[in-house]
Amino acid sequence: MSTIPADLKYAKTHEWVQASAPDAAKVGISDHAQEQLGDVVYVELPEVGRQVRAGEACAVVESVKAASDIYSPVSGEIVAVNATLGDAPEQINQDAYGAWLFSVKCTDTAELDALLDAAVYQGLIEGAA
Amino acid sequence: MPNQTALNAVHRQSGGKLVEFAGWELPLHYGSQIGEHMAVRKAAGMFDVSHMGVIDLSGPRSHAFVRHLLANDINRAGEAGAALYSCMLNPAGGILDDVIAYRGDVGRCRLVVNAATRERDLDWITRQAEPFGVDVCCRADLSMIAVQGPRARDLAHQALPWLSAGAPGLPVMHFITIGDAQAARTGYTGEDGYELIVPSSEAVVTWEALRDAGVAPCGLGARDSLRLEAGLRLYGSDMDESVTPYDCGLAWTVALEPADRDFIGRAALLTRRAQGGSRFVGLILEEPGVLRGHLRVQLPGGGEGVTTSGGHSPTLQRSIGFARLPAGNEDRCRVEIRGHWKHCRIVPPRFVKYGQPLVAL
Repeated sequence: MSTIPADLKYAKTHEWVQASAPDAAKVGISDHAQEQLGDVVYVELPEVGRQVRAGEACAVVESVKAASDIYSPVSGEIVAVNATLGDAPEQINQDAYGAWLFSVKCTDTAELDALLDAAVYQGLIEGAA
Repeated sequence: MPNQTALNAVHRQSGGKLVEFAGWELPLHYGSQIGEHMAVRKAAGMFDVSHMGVIDLSGPRSHAFVRHLLANDINRAGEAGAALYSCMLNPAGGILDDVIAYRGDVGRCRLVVNAATRERDLDWITRQAEPFGVDVCCRADLSMIAVQGPRARDLAHQALPWLSAGAPGLPVMHFITIGDAQAARTGYTGEDGYELIVPSSEAVVTWEALRDAGVAPCGLGARDSLRLEAGLRLYGSDMDESVTPYDCGLAWTVALEPADRDFIGRAALLTRRAQGGSRFVGLILEEPGVLRGHLRVQLPGGGEGVTTSGGHSPTLQRSIGFARLPAGNEDRCRVEIRGHWKHCRIVPPRFVKYGQPLVAL
């Protein structure tokens, strides 16, 4: 069974978002997403400084099964990436909510508020199951 | 609704993640594909391969028929009890399927064919068999379990008393028949082991006995990464009707001698061989990323090719693949992954055998 921490926000495309400051969003993929992907073997991260829009594909997670685009849930600038995933992409399987991919400095905090809360996200994945 | 094998309920109880494959519901993995892959490389794993087709041929001319049907010659394998890997071709030399043929006692031969091509194969074989008066029977009453890995045979002997009676001295690429069951020392992983064919009513007890002896259940995912490391082709990815064995690195499976053996596709193959065929190679990605099938390949001299399979190699901790290239001897190329051209080394299409890497990293 996948877990869904209540203190995070979620995108319909299965990214989680942690609002670490009012305009800063740390992004990873949900436990449900990693379960669907299977063993992760490679992660392609965006360049720091890149401007992204909400819904834009900006990272790729490759599992033994397939390559999956990861979408930025919010608009803004990529201010940090989790470089430890380069050598140890399996962290995403082991600890989906600890293994963040990138951080975005948001230009529109309303986008953060519009993301799904844990209960709604749970409903979404149960509906899909 | 996809077909279900006799082991479907067991896969569910064991936490298998079931997916549809070639019209069958089968486990992709039971938790970790890489864990299952390494279990086969280090100890023993088993696969439900009951989706594959078992086709029995019988009649006085069945032996002559198999020598006509297949590009490889069953006489090369040996007498009754020998198994042979072969392509089955159309008259144009295109590969209809790749099969294992098991030479039975006089008047008997068994073919094991791929699931996705099973109906088409059955139709083709039935039509070709008619002039030979050979009876073609698709055995839907049987199940197949592959037990693979360095400890596979020992654990299988412990778990299955019927097997320990006759199988321990069995040479590679040979099989024995015990009652309604068959045990062949064949496989699709690059490891030692057996492929067992048992009546479907015995499938669950066989599976559970192997599991209780310590054989790890493995899914289709590990089956694919194991065969890729072992350099074994996958029908539908690495080959299909549009190519001949000379385009897939499978010249060794074509028996042109004796010259009077008139097998289907022979004339077309001679032509293709005279043209030189394609170069079929292994690739090792020398940058971060993952190779997949259908990627463009560029050679230093400007030639182009395509990857036919690719993935992550748990044993080598690199990404590896197969590619079909124009004839040549380049040892490097570039592969386009999502718009980026990444460097690869070209190696023989065989990466791991009996747990050991065959390529320097």
